[in-house]
Amino acid sequence: MLRQWFRRTHRIALVSAMVAFWVGIAWAEGPQSTPSIYAPASTPAGEIQKLSYFVLEITGAIFFVVAGLLTYVVIRFRARGTDDASEPAQIYGSNQIEIAWTVIPVLIVVVLFLTTARMIFAIQDAPKPKSALSVTVVGHQFWWEYRYPDLGIVAANELHVPLSSTQDEKPTFLKLLSADVDHSFWVPQLAGKIDLIPNHPNELWIDPMHPGLYVGQCAQFCGVQHANMLLRVYVDTPDQFAAWVKNQQQPGLQDASVAAGRRIFETQACMNCHAVRGTAATGRFGPDLTHLMSRDTIASGQVPLTKENLRQWIKSPDSFKPGSLMPAMQLNDGQLDQLTAYLETLK
Amino acid sequence: MSAIPVVPSGHVEEWHLPSRGRIGMYCLIIGESAIFTIFVVAYIFYIGKSLYGPTPQQVLEVPIINSIALLSSSVTIWLAERNLEHKKMKPFAFWWAITIFLGAYFLVGTGLEWHKLIYKDGLTISTNLFGTTFYSLVGLHATHVVVGLSMLLLVLIFTLTGQVREEHAHRIEVLALYWHFVDAIWIVVFTVVYIVGR
Amino acid sequence: MADSTLPIDASLDLTPPREREGRLLETLHSWVITIDHKKLGLMYMMMAIFFLLVGGAEVICIRIQLALPNNHFLSPQVFNRFFTMHGTTMVFLVGIPLVFAFTNYVVPLQIGARDMAFPRLNAFSFWMTFFGGMLLYYSFIGGGGLYGMGNAPDVTWWAYAPLTARAFSPGHATDYWALALIVTGIGTLGGAINTVATVICMRCKGMTLMNMPLLSWLMLVDSGLLLVVITPLTAAQVMLVIDRYLGGHFFDTQAGGSALIWMHFFWIFGHPEVYVLVFPAFAIASEVIPVFSRKAIFGYPAMVAASVGIAFVSLGVWAHHMFTVGMTSAGNAFFVLSTMLVGIPTGIKIFNWLATMWGGKIRFQIPMLFCTAFLFQFLCAGLTGIMLSVAPWNWQLHNSYFVIAHFHYILVGAIVFNTFAGIYYWFPKATGRMMNETLGKWHFWLFFIGFHMTFDIMHYVGFLGMPRWIYTYQADRGWNHLNLFISIGGIVQAIAVLIFAYNLIWSLLRGKIAGNDPWDAWTLEWSTSSPPPDYNFATEPVVYSRRPLWDLKHPEDPDWKYE
Repeated sequence: MLRQWFRRTHRIALVSAMVAFWVGIAWAEGPQSTPSIYAPASTPAGEIQKLSYFVLEITGAIFFVVAGLLTYVVIRFRARGTDDASEPAQIYGSNQIEIAWTVIPVLIVVVLFLTTARMIFAIQDAPKPKSALSVTVVGHQFWWEYRYPDLGIVAANELHVPLSSTQDEKPTFLKLLSADVDHSFWVPQLAGKIDLIPNHPNELWIDPMHPGLYVGQCAQFCGVQHANMLLRVYVDTPDQFAAWVKNQQQPGLQDASVAAGRRIFETQACMNCHAVRGTAATGRFGPDLTHLMSRDTIASGQVPLTKENLRQWIKSPDSFKPGSLMPAMQLNDGQLDQLTAYLETLK
Repeated sequence: MSAIPVVPSGHVEEWHLPSRGRIGMYCLIIGESAIFTIFVVAYIFYIGKSLYGPTPQQVLEVPIINSIALLSSSVTIWLAERNLEHKKMKPFAFWWAITIFLGAYFLVGTGLEWHKLIYKDGLTISTNLFGTTFYSLVGLHATHVVVGLSMLLLVLIFTLTGQVREEHAHRIEVLALYWHFVDAIWIVVFTVVYIVGR
Repeated sequence: MADSTLPIDASLDLTPPREREGRLLETLHSWVITIDHKKLGLMYMMMAIFFLLVGGAEVICIRIQLALPNNHFLSPQVFNRFFTMHGTTMVFLVGIPLVFAFTNYVVPLQIGARDMAFPRLNAFSFWMTFFGGMLLYYSFIGGGGLYGMGNAPDVTWWAYAPLTARAFSPGHATDYWALALIVTGIGTLGGAINTVATVICMRCKGMTLMNMPLLSWLMLVDSGLLLVVITPLTAAQVMLVIDRYLGGHFFDTQAGGSALIWMHFFWIFGHPEVYVLVFPAFAIASEVIPVFSRKAIFGYPAMVAASVGIAFVSLGVWAHHMFTVGMTSAGNAFFVLSTMLVGIPTGIKIFNWLATMWGGKIRFQIPMLFCTAFLFQFLCAGLTGIMLSVAPWNWQLHNSYFVIAHFHYILVGAIVFNTFAGIYYWFPKATGRMMNETLGKWHFWLFFIGFHMTFDIMHYVGFLGMPRWIYTYQADRGWNHLNLFISIGGIVQAIAVLIFAYNLIWSLLRGKIAGNDPWDAWTLEWSTSSPPPDYNFATEPVVYSRRPLWDLKHPEDPDWKYE
């Protein structure tokens, strides 16, 4: 009776569970707030997903065979109360069986290896087309610097890249460096991760096919605020991207009404770390603030960019990100207001 | 009486297992070889990569005499062992003392070389990659020489006070294995530092 | 349980009856100065269990912090120290001591020897390991005050450069990590030398290498592997100390040094190390499964060959921990192949254990329950290992919670489960008492359920992009409920382990008297009394096959007729 139940109900349940599982993490179209490796929006991530399905089929088959055998053995060869006290037949081994279950795994390994090797070369050694955009990513404790050498842009924490499609290929080729310790760039929907290692430049390419915001975060422990070194990649339509580039290429806006705040910025050691293009501030240790207000977040994606958050961040970075390398500048309320007002003009 | 009731027929056995001391020393040598391998790999990896500071070609002089001294100490220790096996205590003590002298000569030579490198050439462990890897590797070897010499000295003291006899030949042989290892490592270090690296 | 009586006088305890040792101080003293392999084995085991509880407490705090997003149970500084200490503790203060606990207690008894080859080295090795652990834990109070947890290491148990440079890790946290592990490393090296010399040189008459119980074989291979891999870690740590204190540049990227070379050195140690840690689990399975299936191990020569094969191949796979650092495509491909290859001998072992159970009369007492769960979990872990060996997929999964799930499936699902099996199996031999079966069942089932609650789900949250080493996470990433569920599983496991600790103590005081051979087993340790006398065997045993006690119990059908 148990066997009957096992056969019918369990089969249905098993199949439903599998379907639910795969649907649950199925290929979503476009960006989402959950950085799932199974919602690819770019060729490297998509190819990896396909390869993973192939591997899962093989490992799944192995699992069902071996776990099935184990289940069978546990049920069938259990000692029963009705058994006599004799020992079962002692079988010491079998050369044929040993060879069989050596050769079959070797064949599986050969198949898996060749499939894997082909994809390694396809992704890693992909040639860089002329239409590709070059971006240099520099990892810092605990923020991301983005330089577009061909466009003359320096940005931070929010990476804008153009949409790519089969008709209009415009992949982005990243060159990854580090200013201090090891970091890792991981936006699962776009590609596998690659590490940022000082004195060891690395490369990664993406060709995102759906516009929107893709999230990720640093994936190599880099110090106390590793957890909040978040990644935000904005995939822009051609128009959006052109507009963003044009804005970023402008020097910092000079607005006379916030001169007091600007003076604080320039005299209170802010400019030792931060740059605002077109002014005397050329610091490189912290994020470039020339177009601060063009971003949605501060503290490397941790909090939304609002007036209150910005003011609080300057007042006490540790209140958001304890251990952040930005010191609290010990400004009084008046100075904070003026400074915030100045920064709010940097659109 | 062994109470095994059933015995397979025709079961004659000579039961000889290797000596614990020798196997133990081989194991120690394997472990130590692994630590030297890592320092050697680091040395080779960093050849030519120093960004500034003195280079091996500029400051290193090949320590021929030193090396001959250390490597001949392997011969003298072997001679000492042979004499001990044949119960010739005085020649044993003599060759043992020569071994110690040769080892100490090597250490003094290394010290003089380092003195010159530090004070005349300005090369310290913190100068550059060459300095770091050179002093670490050669220093690791020199540390092993020091440890070996201390053990050899201990044996010499025991010999001179008449406590070492022919039945200790096996233990002496195990210690000598360590000394041979130290010499063999020097061949590797010498080749890597003074020949390949220059 | 069949308790066999044997016509062998090896079980005779000829020591004259001692006066009752009423004085606690005398007893403690005898343990502190002991060089007896059985006592030292038990001390290694007590050390391992103690640090298992400490490391477990650390991870429970971690799981409470991660149960909710943006939680404030632990500050980031404390969290980072806790996960670093959790990993370091479990590998070096639990895993390695477990290797030497089982080696020390069981191997001399199984090979018919009086003790290990170098008893005083044995004691030295234990105390070095123990003092290393004390030094590591002193870091919590050594400077900086208790809040913020002092100077405990906070650079992950990998201690990657250049995060460990003075510039990025001021203070002494990294120094505690390096120095404490150099000290334990000396103890490990001593233990490994001792084990190899013991197995090669101290076997009783007739016990050729191919007549040796598989546990002794596996510990021989394990220690041989340790000889070659523990000193590279020591070397790298010495280099780190030179960098930090003598101005060296081994890992100084500003002076042209390489951060990658630390990774290579660390993983040349680190990967074989995980095989070192899992070999005792293999050994215990190879002893428990045959006895409780009532059959000889299937394919003994293949098992030996597979073990040696695993040890050798494991030396060539290390850079599968480095698929994302930017090696060449050819380099990546090589390590994909070597990693997949090491899965083959590993799979062969699983098949042989299954074949041993096939056709048997399996008794599901507590050791066998744990071993069966081990088989299932080790299979799963091997398969997720194959997944991780596929480099492009690894580019997604590396440093995510999928990897944490994979290696905990091995460390807990295989190693801890079989450690429990081994303890329940040899506790009667060491103490003369059986462990409580009811408490054992509660322990097993709660631990099994909690384990799967935590680590099955953890694979999935890795698929959803959650990386390692983060003290908190954004609330909108879809990881919230999964983390809560994982944390609850952790609590269930903790309860199970506490039941186990209680069982240990209860059984020591009130367990049923065990007799020499409570499981009706076949290797030499079961021919001595429980506990064995100090000298182990009154007369040196002589063996003619792999299962000397089977030969004695079945004189009409001894093993040596078939081997």
